[in-house]
Amino acid sequence: MIDVLYFAWVRERIGLPREQVQTQATTVAGLVDELRTREERYALAFSDLSSLRVAVDQELTDFDAPLAGAREVAFFPPMTGG
Amino acid sequence: MRIVVQEQPFDLGAEVSAFAAGRHDLGAVVTFTGVVRDDPAKPLAQMMIEHYPGMTEKALEKIATEAQARWPLGDVLVIHRFGVLHPGEQIMMVATAARHRKDAFEAAEYLMDYLKSRAPFWKMEKGAAGEGWVAARSADEDALKRW
Repeated sequence: MIDVLYFAWVRERIGLPREQVQTQATTVAGLVDELRTREERYALAFSDLSSLRVAVDQELTDFDAPLAGAREVAFFPPMTGG
Repeated sequence: MRIVVQEQPFDLGAEVSAFAAGRHDLGAVVTFTGVVRDDPAKPLAQMMIEHYPGMTEKALEKIATEAQARWPLGDVLVIHRFGVLHPGEQIMMVATAARHRKDAFEAAEYLMDYLKSRAPFWKMEKGAAGEGWVAARSADEDALKRW
């Protein structure tokens, strides 16, 4: 089981801030593929990966990142701090 | 180094006065304050700032640690708020202290450039015209290339 978190408009499109996901995926991209097949709202949220950023265990990374040992994966739009 | 992520306002004057106080070897203190900006053409009622608790603090620490590695800083302070803010309210501040002003100025700019697009905050604006997430600007991403 892995904790999957969503922020900003990704959270709004999917309709929840976090969930536990049972996954066979070995990379972030594999997890995205699994989520996309779930329901339309997931397919919509993940329709354009270039507009998304990902963090694995609270470290910013990319979609090729491995999931081995990961506890937490977060998806969100480009950040707008400051 | 001090990193603070909080919902409530901070006291800018008190923070600046206390920052690097008693360090007589530091001749330069630079501060930057971010303020919620209104737009007369598109009046803003409020700004809601969402963040990623846990990662936010780590990301800010990483950015501040990198600044300390690049410039000889005596101290670094980052305060960033989240939650609902209104036009004119202070969103965040950074302060840097160094022996000389060039290092303090450059480090403050570096901190700002990085926390704009590498710290997990997202802004939503609400106004008469409705609400919407603030899109990241490509200029902010480009700003990182100079470092």
